[in-house]
Amino acid sequence: MINVRDSKVLPVILVVIAIIAFWYVMAVVMNTPWQNDVYERESRTDVAAVEFIQDTWSQERPVLPSPHQVATEVWNTTVKKKITSKRSLIYHAKITLSSSMLGFAMGTVLGILLSVAIVYNQALNKSLMPWIIASQTIPVLAIAPMIIVVLNAIGVQGLLPKAFISMYLSFFPVVVGMVKGLTSPETHHLDLMRTYSASGAQSFWKLRLPSSLPYLFTSMKVAVAISLVGAIVAELPAGAVAGLGARLLAGSYYGQTIQIWSALVVASILAALLVTVIGLLGRWVNHRMGLNHG
Amino acid sequence: MNVNNRSSVISVDNLSLTFETRDGPVHALSDIDLDVQDGDFVSLIGPSGCGKTTLLRVIADLEQATGGSMLVNGVTPAEARINRAYGYVFQAASLYPWRTIANNIALPLEIMGVDSATRKQRIEDNLALVNLTDFGKKYPWQLSGGMQQRASIARALAVEPDLLLMDEPFGALDEIVRDHLNEQLLSLWAKTNKTVVFVTHSIPEAVYLSTHIVVMSPRPGRIHDVIVSDLPRERSLDIRETPEFLKLANRVRDGLRAGHSYDEAV
Repeated sequence: MINVRDSKVLPVILVVIAIIAFWYVMAVVMNTPWQNDVYERESRTDVAAVEFIQDTWSQERPVLPSPHQVATEVWNTTVKKKITSKRSLIYHAKITLSSSMLGFAMGTVLGILLSVAIVYNQALNKSLMPWIIASQTIPVLAIAPMIIVVLNAIGVQGLLPKAFISMYLSFFPVVVGMVKGLTSPETHHLDLMRTYSASGAQSFWKLRLPSSLPYLFTSMKVAVAISLVGAIVAELPAGAVAGLGARLLAGSYYGQTIQIWSALVVASILAALLVTVIGLLGRWVNHRMGLNHG
Repeated sequence: MNVNNRSSVISVDNLSLTFETRDGPVHALSDIDLDVQDGDFVSLIGPSGCGKTTLLRVIADLEQATGGSMLVNGVTPAEARINRAYGYVFQAASLYPWRTIANNIALPLEIMGVDSATRKQRIEDNLALVNLTDFGKKYPWQLSGGMQQRASIARALAVEPDLLLMDEPFGALDEIVRDHLNEQLLSLWAKTNKTVVFVTHSIPEAVYLSTHIVVMSPRPGRIHDVIVSDLPRERSLDIRETPEFLKLANRVRDGLRAGHSYDEAV
């Protein structure tokens, strides 16, 4: 039977199939030069097309690994490895996740505090906002090593420096979203508070904050994804001992493209999960507030 | 006006309000004199731009006059607002969408620090007063426009103000709902004996509801005429067919026309 739900599943599956097919085709194209070199060295000339394609999909260090190579690597380094193993991607994902979650939490709190300051103080709005925007124009790749070095110099090590870089990226969407959210109440809603002679704090807790919550969760979705990016980038200059960023860096040192790609895949799955969790949380809060309708 | 011992709730003396805009000053209100007595139902009627809503907002201290004086309950509008002297009903129901109807009515009570037992009682009483007893747990979007506006009236009444300020509360509703709510408002007024200042641009609504009809005209916003109604305080909708009603309506219409309202409003 065909219903509306089914008709949504089909396009999604088609897009996934199209992406994977494109990936396989590109793997053949990208890996062909190396494969030709191999055949030349072996002095083989009469390779069948099927064998040629299979060979481009199963190189040890391909320019572009084929999807099944990445899938096998991910499987072997997650399900088949003990979580405590240094070769387990779950072990590395946990390290990256913990610093990005700490950074995300700090970034969200910082973002909310800054937005409140900006909304309630015109002088702060004028003086803070340019710096906040300027902070995001600096490439994180440039500033991350400096933060690590500076914090290391004053004795801050471990989780915190990486979390700082996540915070540096993730507070921004929260500030922008919350400034919008806190100023979203309509004039008559604000006038109503005035007719009650409500204090500033009462207007904040009973009107501005509830009005801003849908904006908060939308900006938190963006913030959680980039806080993961921040944590991965932060692992690169930190010596690359552990974490998904470390796997990326180690992979690129040794030309282990399959390892790089499997770390990328795990990172994107992690990001998708985090965004989904925040999305569900937002829906739950909206539902609790009676705003889910339409 | 009535000559018994009722006290003055609102007294306005030579009040003016000028907005400074980029295109020069706009005289929203000019030379306003008005006296509202305890228990009156006063309608402010006039075309757009005549300052009727502005005058109501000055009473509520949502706008500040630039000249003249106004007393609400014998004190300045600002002091009256801080004393929580009035309930205000906006043109839009202005219910907070994340609060149930009951919690919307509780909002001013929470802000004013009313204890929870009293709060519960007031919610129950005022929901009953506007015939919404079974709708306390619903969210605003689950109610029709007329029901939402009734809920917002219940919210204004929950703080038990002696003065009710209403800014075109039924302006966005259809005629049938409006008639019904007008009838309910009158019986509510009779029951509670509050003073009401009511902004409208509907002649029948003004005549049907009011003891005093203040006819205003624009540019600058000023009072053209104050018509004292001789209709009995208790009225049914049928009164709108009587010669007395039609005579009053005609006087209001003449007043609006004499203020050049029609020429400018078109």
